[in-house]
Amino acid sequence: MTAKKLGLKQRYAHMTRGLDWETSYQPMDKVFPYDTFEGIKIKDWSQWEDPFRLTMDAYWKFQAEKERKLYAVLDAFAQNNGQTNISDARYVNVLKLFLTGVSPLEYQAHRGFAFAGRHLRGVGPRVASQQQSLDELRHIQTQVHTMSHYNKFFDGLGEFPHMHDRVWYLSVPKSFFDDARTAGPFEYMIAIGFAFEYVLTNLLFVPFMSGAAYNGDMSTVTFGFSAQSDESRHMTLGIEVIKFLLEQHPDNLPIVQGWVDKWFWRGHRVLGLVAMMMDYMLPKPVMSWKEAWEIYFTEAGGALFQDLARYGLKPPKYADIATEEAEHISHQNWATFYQYCHAAGFHTWMPDAKHLDWLSEKYPNTFDKYYRPRWEMWAQAEKEGKRFYNGALVQLCQVCQIPMVYTEPGDPTTICFRESKFKDTRYHFCSDGCKDIFDNEPEKYVQAWMPVSQIYQGNCGGATIPDVLAWYKLNVGADNMDYVGSPDEALWNSWKADAVKAAE
Amino acid sequence: MTVQIKTLDYEQKRQTFGHVARRIGEGKSATRYQEATLDVQATANFHYKPLWEPEYWHFDSRKSAVVMADWYKPLDPRQFYYATYNIARANMQQSVERSFAFAEERGLVTKLSEGARAHVERGLLPLRHVHWGSNMNMSEICQRGYGTAVTAPCIFSAGDHLGMAQIISRIGLELDGQTGTSLDSAKTIWLQDPAWQGVRKLIEDTFVERDFFQLYVAQTLAVNGVIFEFAYKRLDPAWMEGATTVAMLTEFMSDWRAEEARWSDNVIKTVAAESPENNALVSQWATHWIGRAVEALNPLSNALLGDDGVAARTAGEVASAKAAALGLRV
Amino acid sequence: MSQFASLTFYHNDDARPVVDAVIADNPGVRITNMPGVVKLDCEGRLVVKRASVEERLGRPWDVQEIHLVLISMAGHLDEDDDQFAVSWSH
Repeated sequence: MTAKKLGLKQRYAHMTRGLDWETSYQPMDKVFPYDTFEGIKIKDWSQWEDPFRLTMDAYWKFQAEKERKLYAVLDAFAQNNGQTNISDARYVNVLKLFLTGVSPLEYQAHRGFAFAGRHLRGVGPRVASQQQSLDELRHIQTQVHTMSHYNKFFDGLGEFPHMHDRVWYLSVPKSFFDDARTAGPFEYMIAIGFAFEYVLTNLLFVPFMSGAAYNGDMSTVTFGFSAQSDESRHMTLGIEVIKFLLEQHPDNLPIVQGWVDKWFWRGHRVLGLVAMMMDYMLPKPVMSWKEAWEIYFTEAGGALFQDLARYGLKPPKYADIATEEAEHISHQNWATFYQYCHAAGFHTWMPDAKHLDWLSEKYPNTFDKYYRPRWEMWAQAEKEGKRFYNGALVQLCQVCQIPMVYTEPGDPTTICFRESKFKDTRYHFCSDGCKDIFDNEPEKYVQAWMPVSQIYQGNCGGATIPDVLAWYKLNVGADNMDYVGSPDEALWNSWKADAVKAAE
Repeated sequence: MTVQIKTLDYEQKRQTFGHVARRIGEGKSATRYQEATLDVQATANFHYKPLWEPEYWHFDSRKSAVVMADWYKPLDPRQFYYATYNIARANMQQSVERSFAFAEERGLVTKLSEGARAHVERGLLPLRHVHWGSNMNMSEICQRGYGTAVTAPCIFSAGDHLGMAQIISRIGLELDGQTGTSLDSAKTIWLQDPAWQGVRKLIEDTFVERDFFQLYVAQTLAVNGVIFEFAYKRLDPAWMEGATTVAMLTEFMSDWRAEEARWSDNVIKTVAAESPENNALVSQWATHWIGRAVEALNPLSNALLGDDGVAARTAGEVASAKAAALGLRV
Repeated sequence: MSQFASLTFYHNDDARPVVDAVIADNPGVRITNMPGVVKLDCEGRLVVKRASVEERLGRPWDVQEIHLVLISMAGHLDEDDDQFAVSWSH
């Protein structure tokens, strides 16, 4: 009897999972020591459906082609001084926030997916994870190469890895990913593969990349589109992971639900920085955070959770709070950075009249009532030569590590304070979402390296703000303070003046 | 008449990132490799201990007994970053496609003699599992190691081993008319044939090696240096009249070994040269794993070449000579 | 609530035959143009057929070449030698 020729699926199986075997000289549990402690039960790894069936030859071929195209654009951008064609140099502060806050997370993801790529017992997810590890290395390296050209001219980009490990607001994204890296492999896959790379990814990428497109940043927009095609593979891995876990054993449902709730909330908190960016930092705005949330979470996320309901999975806890917060968090965050940019590695500024009107139009329920008056007050102070900088250090939420500036659901005039006691110490949180995360694993969150506490303990260079800024390697008078009066502004104005002269 | 294109002069404030300039010197231009590699990994102020290994941080140089003042000393002479790595491999793969098309057209694999075919099934096809084990090890060193300079090329290497496992799988599919039966039987051979059990045991023992640099030495000096040296350089007589065909279809592996060694040799040499303590450890590991690899190959060498293990020992000598050239005492 | 399956492509020459094929093969598809990209949404299911793309491209086309022009997607993926489809239906 002759055997049948292989179909695409079986051929791919031979190219991947057929390579693996049950070890006998070493026990499987010793070869895979990390994938049982979380309580996730897998009855049959062979049920895993490979999302994309990319053999390495296809991977190399397509990725090489994408890289050739991308680097041709990066080279052209540098050669033609493309940085002079952005809408305004205020835009570069978006790139500073991205390089110091987001790019290091791509590197963490590269290492995290290498971890999953070795320590999940099933071959299918290992191969997909390894390809994602490669992709994430691509992202950090192409981002560094894209920003490299901007770094030659603008401030606040040059010390990105040093700052990511130390600067107060950067512990928000850093602790987010440290949390995922230090969780078990299955939680990591749900946290990053599903919650971040599927549910929330568009809320990170579309604002930054559309922002780049609208503001004349050809190199970043080209990077963005090129990277997004990798993201479609990541999204299929994420959704396959959650489907697989929920199909394998009913006992997995409450564990997975808990992780979905936790990581939706932690991800939402990190995205507060993106909300601020979208609403305040783009000289040519794309859409409001509220609009982006509506499209990419309420609509798209709605469809997703409707689909997953057949497994018994519910939409994330506090999704309704996050939706309500979409009217507020960008304003609350920009107000914070407006006051604290003397200690930040990027500039902030007063929105002009046109922009204030745009905000009124986009936020008819909240902006004029709660936030415009604050800007008018600070604008008056600026007029009087007393631009406001807040000299106090802030209380941070123990979990998300954002300053405690968020307000009670339903009452934007009252700061939201929550607390829990653990072993005779009181811990503080910005929300029920963060408090729940702490209460579930207090031993984990009490370890956090809290930037403000560390400053008070003398671990951040010294007792004064100048000491701390030096420890941050922050270039005082260049990286920090208002955009108006900054070297970036002076440089930008000189380019515009030269361009006018050259045209005459 | 020459045409002079007038451009506006934009004076740069700095040549590169601060951390790169501190390493290469102020005012110097950096390469893309340098900017993509140096100091990218976080080093301080981590927030939580891993649930899966709370004795260490998730980035922790103590996960090896070797000590480096600077894990950015062992650089990659190939200067691979993601783009150049993929472009290099895509180019290599074009040759692979041409070779397979050539072999297919002329039936070079399907027309192999019974003897050659039997040896290919027994001696070549199970190598796909050695490559898969190597993939697992390189993925482990990527996740567990310290510093971007050493760990980033590890994920490239993991992809390479998967690619090579897939090339061998394609040879099997040529042999069995695209049905997969040869691959199924190769797996049975891997699991049960006495000739292979030494190698399989060695590979499984590498899976539980916790010191990431010892694992690196085992993988590069012993698995790459002895086992793949034996498999891709010393088995021509086993392939009989098919030796040229096999060489052609595994050319990627030969090219890859030479290129990979440029990197791994530099890493091992640099780490060993750091201190007498490092040298002692690396030398000890090299001696141990090269010795084990030779011993593991003995039955396979005899089964395929009838040589009482001569080819296995020769491969071992090549690896030991290389290790000595890197400054190790083997 | 309606569930839109979605594919987002580059707005360029390489993607054109693919985009045109999708529009032709998926009645009721919603087309949204944004800077540099085109987003295609369809209730329930959206499919890219290899034969359809080849007709417009004028040469053989491997479904996996979609990786060079695809930016983003929403829905469960079903891929084989002849088509690439995303859907929410089961």
